[in-house]
Order: sequence, then C-alpha cells, then structure tokens
Amino acid sequence: MVNKYMIDAEHVVAQLNQGRLFDFSGGVHPPQQKSLSNTTPINTIQEPPVLYIPIKQHIGTQGNICVVVGQHVAKGEALTQSSNPFSVPVHASTSGIIKAITQHPSAHPSGIPEMTITLEPDGQAQWQLMPLLTDYTKVEQVVLLERICQAGITGLGGAGFPTHLKSNPQKPVECLIINGVECEPYISSDDRIMREHAWQIKQGIDILRHIVKPKQIIIAVEDNKPQALDALKTACLEDNGITITSVPTKYPSGGEKQLIQILTGEEVPHDGLPIDIGCLMYNVGTCFAIADAVLHGKALVQRVVTLTGQALAQPQNVWALLGTPISHLLDIAHYDPSKQLVKKVIMGGPMMGFTAVNDTVPVVKITNCLLVPDKQELPDIEDERACIRCGLCAEACPAGLLPQQLFWHSKAKEYDKAQAYNLDACIECGACAYVCPSEIPLVHYYRKAKTDIKHIALEKEKSEKARERFETRQARLLADKQAREEKHRLAAEARKKTMDNKGNDAKDKIAAALARAKAKRAAAQNNPPTDSDK
Amino acid sequence: MTLLTALLIIGTLALIFGAILGYSAIKFKVEADPLVEQIDALLPQTQCGQCGYPGCKPYAQAIANGDEINKCPPGGDATIKKLADLMGVEPKPLDGNHGVEDVKKVAYIREAECIGCTKCIQACPVDAIIGASKQMHTVIIDECTGCDLCVAPCPVDCIDMVPVKPTPQTWQWELGKGVGDIPIKQVL
Repeated sequence: MVNKYMIDAEHVVAQLNQGRLFDFSGGVHPPQQKSLSNTTPINTIQEPPVLYIPIKQHIGTQGNICVVVGQHVAKGEALTQSSNPFSVPVHASTSGIIKAITQHPSAHPSGIPEMTITLEPDGQAQWQLMPLLTDYTKVEQVVLLERICQAGITGLGGAGFPTHLKSNPQKPVECLIINGVECEPYISSDDRIMREHAWQIKQGIDILRHIVKPKQIIIAVEDNKPQALDALKTACLEDNGITITSVPTKYPSGGEKQLIQILTGEEVPHDGLPIDIGCLMYNVGTCFAIADAVLHGKALVQRVVTLTGQALAQPQNVWALLGTPISHLLDIAHYDPSKQLVKKVIMGGPMMGFTAVNDTVPVVKITNCLLVPDKQELPDIEDERACIRCGLCAEACPAGLLPQQLFWHSKAKEYDKAQAYNLDACIECGACAYVCPSEIPLVHYYRKAKTDIKHIALEKEKSEKARERFETRQARLLADKQAREEKHRLAAEARKKTMDNKGNDAKDKIAAALARAKAKRAAAQNNPPTDSDK
Repeated sequence: MTLLTALLIIGTLALIFGAILGYSAIKFKVEADPLVEQIDALLPQTQCGQCGYPGCKPYAQAIANGDEINKCPPGGDATIKKLADLMGVEPKPLDGNHGVEDVKKVAYIREAECIGCTKCIQACPVDAIIGASKQMHTVIIDECTGCDLCVAPCPVDCIDMVPVKPTPQTWQWELGKGVGDIPIKQVL
C-alpha cells in the first residue's frame, strides 16, 4: 500500500553525493554543551561494589530468570531466557555471586520497583564467551539473528527495541541508515564511540549488510562532530558501498523519522515504520555491540554513558557495566553536592530525559547520559502561565503537529480530539516546551494523555473480557437451571405414573383418611368439652 | 369516475408501500435494543451489583428504561459523564447510597486459611476463582474485576481486596507531582 512512497536508494545516494540534503519542518537550536564531556577518551572504570540488573530492559516481554540466589555467574552469562520472540535476555555484567532477586527502583520516570537481579562482582571479570562467528559471511542469516538476540542487543539509541526483530524485515531494504547524529544537547556517548571505535562500528555495519542486504548504506553524523566524521571516513575509506554524510546541527535531527526525511526527502507515514518506505536505521552504538556479539562472542554487558553537567567536577564518558548504580558513576565524575539545592540526576538528556528517583537506580541498555545540572543550569520549571496562542510551538514541532491543540485537548482530557490531532505521532522531543514562552510543560501533558489513553484501552479490553465471562456464566447457570427443572419434571412425571399404575389404591387411602378426619370432627362437635371433663 | 381512479391509485400505492415496509420490518429486524448495548458498553463490567441490579447488563436495561445514571461506583465520574453524553442528560455526581469511587482492587485469598467451601466460587460473577470442594481456592487476578462479591460469603473471612499496584508499564504520569519530572526547559 505504501510502495509508491518507497525510496530509490541509488537516487538518494546520488543526491547525497551532490551535497543535496532535505530538511524537516520545525526543530530548535538549544545550546550544545557537548564540549563539557566530549574532550576526553571513554574512561574504563572500576567495577561498582554491587550491580542491579533489571530483567526487562527493552520493549517487549521479559524472560524467565534462570539463575538462583547464591549462584556464581560468569561475565556475559545469561540471567534470563525465553522462547518468546519479543524477549531478549539480560546478562551478568561481570563475574560474581547473585546476592538477591528482588524488586528494585527502576530506571523509569516512575521509579516503580521492578524485578531486579543483584550481583556482587568477585573482581575477576571472568568472561563466558559465546562461540565466535568470525567468518560470518558463511553463516546463515538466521544464525546471526539468533546470536544478536542471545547477546541481548536492543537499540542503544533510546527506544530499546530488540535488534533481532528489526533486522528481519519482510520487505526489501533500500537504505540501511546508520545514525550517528546524536542531536540532544550534552550527550556525547555516540560521538566518543565513533571517534574511538570507528573500525568496530564498520565491522558491525558489515554484519548488518550481510543480514539485511541493503542496496545502499548511509552513515549520518551531525556537523558538530567533525572528528567522529573523519574517523568513520577513514574506517570506510575502501568501501564504496557506504556513503558518509554530515547533516546540519539541529534538534531533533537524530529522530528516526526526521533523519530519514533529511536524507531522502520522504516522510515515513505517521502510523508506519521506516521499513514501509524501504529504510532501516541503527544507532552507531548498536553496530558496535553487534560486532562485539558476532566477532568477539561478547554479550551486551556494558555501554558508553555520558556523565555531564556543571555539578560534576570531571564530566566524561565512561564504559558503564549494565546495572551500575548511578551513585557509583557520580563518585567517578566527582559529584559536588554543594552545587545543587536538592540532589537531582537526569537520566537521558535535557530535552527527553527524566529525573531518577534516587541514586541506586541502575544504568540500563537505553541509558545514554546522566546529566547532573547545577542550580543555575537547568532551573526547575516555575508555574506555567496561560497559553498566549503565540504559535511558536507549532513552528518548532518536527512532526508537523499542532502542539497547542494537543495541549488544550490533553489538558481537558478530550482524548478522542487529541487523537484526532495525531497525538500518537508526537515523538516527545520537547521542542515545543523548549520554545514555549509561558513555560508550559507541554510534553508532560502529552505523556499524561498518552498513558491515559493506553490505560483506557486496557480497561476497555478488560471489561470486554469480563462481560464475555459474565455472559458465559449466566448462560451456563441458565442451562444448569433448565436441566435441573427438566430433571424434576421428569421425576415428577415418573412419580405420577407409578401412582397411576398402582390404581386407585392411593386415592382410596386419602379418601379414607379424609373421611376419618371428618368423622372425628363431627364427633367433637356433638360432644363439646364441658367443665366436668376436667 | 375521477374519484374512483384516485382511490384506486392511492390504494395501489398504499399496498406497495405497505408491502415494502412489511418486507423491511422482517428483513432489517433489529434483534436487541441497540441503546442497551451502547449503555452496556460504557459500563465497567465489574458485575458488582452496587447499582442494585444483578450485573451491568441489567443496569444498562434499567437506564434505558429511565433509571438514574449515577449509580455505578466502579465507573465513577468518567462513566457518568459518558452515560450523560449518550443519554442526552446532565451529568450528576455519584449517588453515595450505592458506594464511593475507589482505587482498583482485586481479590486475594489467604490460601492457608481457605477451607474449600466453594461459596466464593458461586458468588463470583465472572468465574475468576478456581478450586473445588474441600480444595484450596485461588483468584485468577487477570480475570478478577474487583467486585467485592466474594468477600461476604466467605465463612472464614480469608479474602482480602488488595489495591492493584501500578507497574512501569501501567503507570500513569501525574502532573505537577514532581515524580519523573522532565527538565525540558533550558535557560543559559
């Protein structure tokens, strides 16, 4: 149905080679703040004393825990397993002893405790590697997909969608796009990984090329990262199949749909996926992890996390083991509590991140940044003022929506109207809230509305099921009752029949009894009791 | 003569239209009262009977026949508003005689204390309790509507109504509570 919008890879690359880029509507230019953290190499840090590994760190279903408390596990050993295709395992981030399997505050805006495996490292960091697939071109695609799944790889750019599902498209792939844009202010984890590990990213791209067989490969990097661009160009020097493009710095050009629009000029349908127009997009960190899994047999147990913000004395990028509590990372970056009024750590960037509930919250697969602002840096939102209908938000919206209308309807809980204005297409980038002169936390309202809508749909589904069960039960009870009545009727008939068969015998008896009673009564009337009887 | 022609024509027309109407009455017969179905779709289907009717469908029937729309505590104000929209009447506050709006709960059987009397199983309107005579019973949490009807019949009082805890998947953003606040605004 969407085939007419299918892009033509050759045409797209020809345009890119001529230096032709497109643009998406809206977008903002917040201060970059990347130089805080991107000047030093990625730091390999000491293991934390304890790791909290949530068993679900991706979009999909969680696996079943396959370890027990007290068990010794090796680095990279799977802690969960499942045959569900929407499930990816989590792994022991280092070797050590399982101390507990309990609820622990989650790396989620709510901080609601989630099932988490507590691991105490033994300091050995003893790997358990999967067999290497060095000669992966001779291996079937399905084996590689299985490996990517078993290594626990999910999209490391932010959404956490299982990579093995994405890499098995049912449609032809015109363009494989590697996303090194990293447009959100402060964050520099992708920047550093591109500068330092461009070779391994290239290896990951080659593996993806073998799996999804795209016609063309495009790597996109924002033009504020010239060193990363150079490193990738060097790594891909001898590969004619890869086009490396620098895109102008603008937020949120790293959004999947926005980047596709910049590169191809085509829009992904708001209810569709990039593959509908022949694109497939991976984050550079994901490519790195794929190469690790296939060529080195290593499961996804660590990721680059940017530690930044004015309240940190040594902002930097680190290789953080998944499950590292953020307190450990704050220590490493020399967190200065005197610079904050209350302790506030933002997981993610300043536009799309959320405040962590406390500092035992662990780093998970989608944690790309910890932002610890000082008191002037990101002041708390003051009370919102009334919307003055200035329309700046509509100009800033990269998805071409009408944030004002969405705001009115979300606030009034008129969710059907909000949906009519395509609330679902909102990518929650925060550009509208950034430009709002009345400081209305617009994205709050959208997120609230979205979760409410989801909740209502869930309730509806549940009540539908309850109705069905109620009606089935009523029908069953009715059938039971009818069966019982039928049985009683048959029994009564049978009794009557036997009575009839015995002839008038029974009737005579009744008649005789009646006659006796009558005679007795008559006798009593004829001789009324007198006082003398006493 | 003119009169006769007119009568004939009108009579013929009447016959034709009558036939069409009669045919469509059979062909397009509506089985149930669509209004009852619509009302029933808005009710929360807890089947709790707090409205005074034995289930949501009977209450839907009663509303269609003119009963008040504010007798459903599990549905609360949201349901009353939707019913008011559907029925074209003014929304009213929930009738306190039928109960108050509460957080969502599910039944939980303290299994060690259960004597296996099956009374709760008979009371459950949606068959969400499993067990057999002199065997322990338990609640299928996913099916439980939180109607409370199993609590009273239990002779050993081993059923609790436990509030449903939100998970990160079902959690709803609260505005202005400071929980999970997004920074968004950047002033430099």
